Amino acid sequence: MFEINHVSARYNMLTSFVNAVDDVNFNIEKNEIFGIAGESGCGKSTLLKVMYDLVDYPLEISSGSVRLYNGNSETNYIETGKLKECWWKDISYISQGAMNVMNPITKVENQFFDTVRRGYHKKMTKKQIREKVAAYMKELELSPDVLKAYPHQLSGGMRQRVLIALATFLNPRIILADEPTTALDVVVQKDILTMLMSVQKRMKNSMVIVSHDMGVHYQVTNRIGIMYAGQMIEIGPTDEIFSHPKHPYTQMLISALPKVGDNSQKEGIPGTPPNLKSPPIGCRFAPRCKYAADECRKIRPQMVPVGDKHFAACLLLEHAKGGNE
Amino acid sequence: MKNWNLRLKLGLVILSFFMILGFFFPLLYSGNVTEWSTYPTNLKPSMEHFLGTNSLGQDIFWLLCNSIRTSFLIGLFVAFFSTLIGILAGLVAGLKGGAVDRIVMLLADTFIVIPSLPILILIGSLTKGTASLFLIGGVLIAFNWPWPARQVRSMALTLRERDYISIARFSGESTIRILVKEIFPFVKDWSIGNFINTILVAISSESGLAVIGMSSNSKATLGTMIYWANQHQAMLGGKWVWIGSPVVAICLIFIGLFLLMTGQQQYSALRRGK
Amino acid sequence: MKFLKFLSSRLLTYIFVILLGMTIVFFVPRFMPSDPVESMLGQMMSKSSTMDAAAIEAMRKTLNENFGLEGTLGEQYFGYMKRVIFTQDFGPSLTMYPVPVKELIADSLPWTVCLLGISTVISWLIGNGIGLLAGIRKDKAYSKILEGIAICIYPIPYYIFALTLIMLFAYIFPVFPLSANFDVSGFTWENLKTVIWNSVLPALSLILTGTGWWVISMTTLSRNTNEEDFVAFARMKGLNERKVISRYVLPNTILPQITMLALQMGTIFNGSLITEILFNYPGLGSLIYRGILQADYNLIMGTITTSIFAVATATLVIDLLYPFIDPRVRYN
Repeated sequence: MFEINHVSARYNMLTSFVNAVDDVNFNIEKNEIFGIAGESGCGKSTLLKVMYDLVDYPLEISSGSVRLYNGNSETNYIETGKLKECWWKDISYISQGAMNVMNPITKVENQFFDTVRRGYHKKMTKKQIREKVAAYMKELELSPDVLKAYPHQLSGGMRQRVLIALATFLNPRIILADEPTTALDVVVQKDILTMLMSVQKRMKNSMVIVSHDMGVHYQVTNRIGIMYAGQMIEIGPTDEIFSHPKHPYTQMLISALPKVGDNSQKEGIPGTPPNLKSPPIGCRFAPRCKYAADECRKIRPQMVPVGDKHFAACLLLEHAKGGNE
Repeated sequence: MKNWNLRLKLGLVILSFFMILGFFFPLLYSGNVTEWSTYPTNLKPSMEHFLGTNSLGQDIFWLLCNSIRTSFLIGLFVAFFSTLIGILAGLVAGLKGGAVDRIVMLLADTFIVIPSLPILILIGSLTKGTASLFLIGGVLIAFNWPWPARQVRSMALTLRERDYISIARFSGESTIRILVKEIFPFVKDWSIGNFINTILVAISSESGLAVIGMSSNSKATLGTMIYWANQHQAMLGGKWVWIGSPVVAICLIFIGLFLLMTGQQQYSALRRGK
Repeated sequence: MKFLKFLSSRLLTYIFVILLGMTIVFFVPRFMPSDPVESMLGQMMSKSSTMDAAAIEAMRKTLNENFGLEGTLGEQYFGYMKRVIFTQDFGPSLTMYPVPVKELIADSLPWTVCLLGISTVISWLIGNGIGLLAGIRKDKAYSKILEGIAICIYPIPYYIFALTLIMLFAYIFPVFPLSANFDVSGFTWENLKTVIWNSVLPALSLILTGTGWWVISMTTLSRNTNEEDFVAFARMKGLNERKVISRYVLPNTILPQITMLALQMGTIFNGSLITEILFNYPGLGSLIYRGILQADYNLIMGTITTSIFAVATATLVIDLLYPFIDPRVRYN
């Protein structure tokens, strides 16, 4: 229902370009939670912005587009450039850091009124809207008292929950969340994730969660896409990726995760990600990869199937599969 | 120098020009600028008298230079002391808190609310235009110290709560050392801006007084120059140089001061990484 | 409860300010070299040829009484304070004997309040409006130009504007009257027109100078607010530009500007004072000046005390209104 077609995006720094996203191509299905994982600076937040069509200078899309399909249709869609009209109604966005995103001088309920007018409730009176919002808050197990409070009176976790309520109230088909749990303590994190999951289960919409925390992905997502240096290098069902990671980078990521009962020495991944102003030709992970061959530094790997709905971009995997075609 | 923005550079250029006029040039002149009938009256600008002479027989150019100097001196005098007193008061109020804080703030609020001009005019009238510039400066200091005091106090209040101050205190550092090492760098940036702004306010106040004849009429300041020009109907008589030169000088000096102040603010914000 | 605490502390400051102000007004003249009674007597003696010693003595006593100069300094001080606080009696004007100072002040106050009030409101509104626009559209050329103009205007002192306007519109192009001398007893249309016509130049002068500061501060404020997270979020929710500006940017920038207005009351009053003097506008400022020129002791004390009272009250009103507008202050 949401296509990301060969999207490349970059930041225009006047004297140079930072190629934050490079030829990313995948789809989001209906009724799923999709995670985008990767280390800081790999381009996942930028990708999310492009998906939301929030492309302000200095960010620009250099090629490709995204498409949001209407209902069950295969032909009726809204494309990059026009998504703004659907903001909040069909697609919503929860940005990183809920600390400051609400208007400090109005009550929480007013933050709802604003957006609601955009939706299907244009003809309703304020009282009716207020009732609907209060009812929705109850559904999400949030006290309706919160509505009468000012943002600065709420704790960080509470604000994040209100944000989620805001973002889902109009029942959009797809919700994009950028690091929804960072900057919150662990206990609150669990609450937030539970809330996200229950909303998704109830509304049967799609969610895209960006996080560098693999633990978040493990708990919540159905499918994950792993990004490295602006490219998507592996994508597949969460369980698969965690139990059988195929790309060398993913393997190192997963093995670095602590597991209960596992006493083995953890290795960090040596080296640092490449400079995105002038990224290397060929596989971008090659400089840090212990399996890297000569051709890895020359040819850019394409996504190849490595399992059921499981793809990875690695030349070695391509060769391994080559024989079994 | 490379981080200096346009405003800073422009302000500095303008002010340097006037500082040279005000502090360097008067050294080249050996007479008494304010004495009347030194020269023939109302001469047009010439090589001998760059801006001509006025109805009182004074050379306008040299008078202007001296006036600039006196006005600058007043400004610097008031700015220096009011900033000093203000910072000290603010630090003490913010760090000590409690009753001391309350009293200082009460005094500060009083001098902010009471309009300074009526009091100044009162003094000016009672001394009938012979008030010493020190007296006027003193009153200006009294009305200007609250501004830096307020600002510094709120800085001190926030800093008091910051962790590294507590650590310093717990490790036994004396209050003065804490003041100097930890708090001063924050205060410094803002204080420079406030200092420059106070120069502007002081010169503005004194010249405002002078224009209505309430300052020290016998001394040469930019304001008194305008006053005397007005007294002799310079406008009616079309003596534009006499009344125009101090007006232009004041405007440019103020623009220069203002540019310098905002330029400095931008520069220090940049340095702090905003 | 919190509000009561706030209210009482503000009221305390208010009362203290006024009392301290009155004290200053009372004591400053007494530390000055000249004695008004002696100078008045001197003037009278130089005008009339004969005055015997007894008459002079009687005159001196009367004048001293009227000036409140009888008795010790302490007695004088408390007598003065009592008189003013309880009956607002500043005594008779000495140059316009026996017209009470109170009456003169009451006549002039409406002029000043009108001029000051209207020009402050206009310059605050216009300045903030321009600043808002310039701050939000910070990349457009006109924003930089507007800010540049404000920078050039703001530092110019009040009286220079006044003088320039006088030069331009009263001398060179004699459109407006040079000074506002008129008699407006009676509420007629003619009188009203005269009043307005005469007020244009002083009002213009005040508005021009006042706007500069508001433009500059509002530009910076709105530029910073425009880049805040919650404004970006508002846009992300799909709100149109107009709503974003009116509901998110504007309220958050106006609040500091209101506080600033309270702090600027003293400065604004200073500016209007000089303007009134230069334009001969019959308000409180000119009255102060007249009193000072004529060494009318009672008038001086009365007018200056009134001006202190007026500014303090205006500041207090704004301070007290603020919690009602800014919810963050309310709930803290």
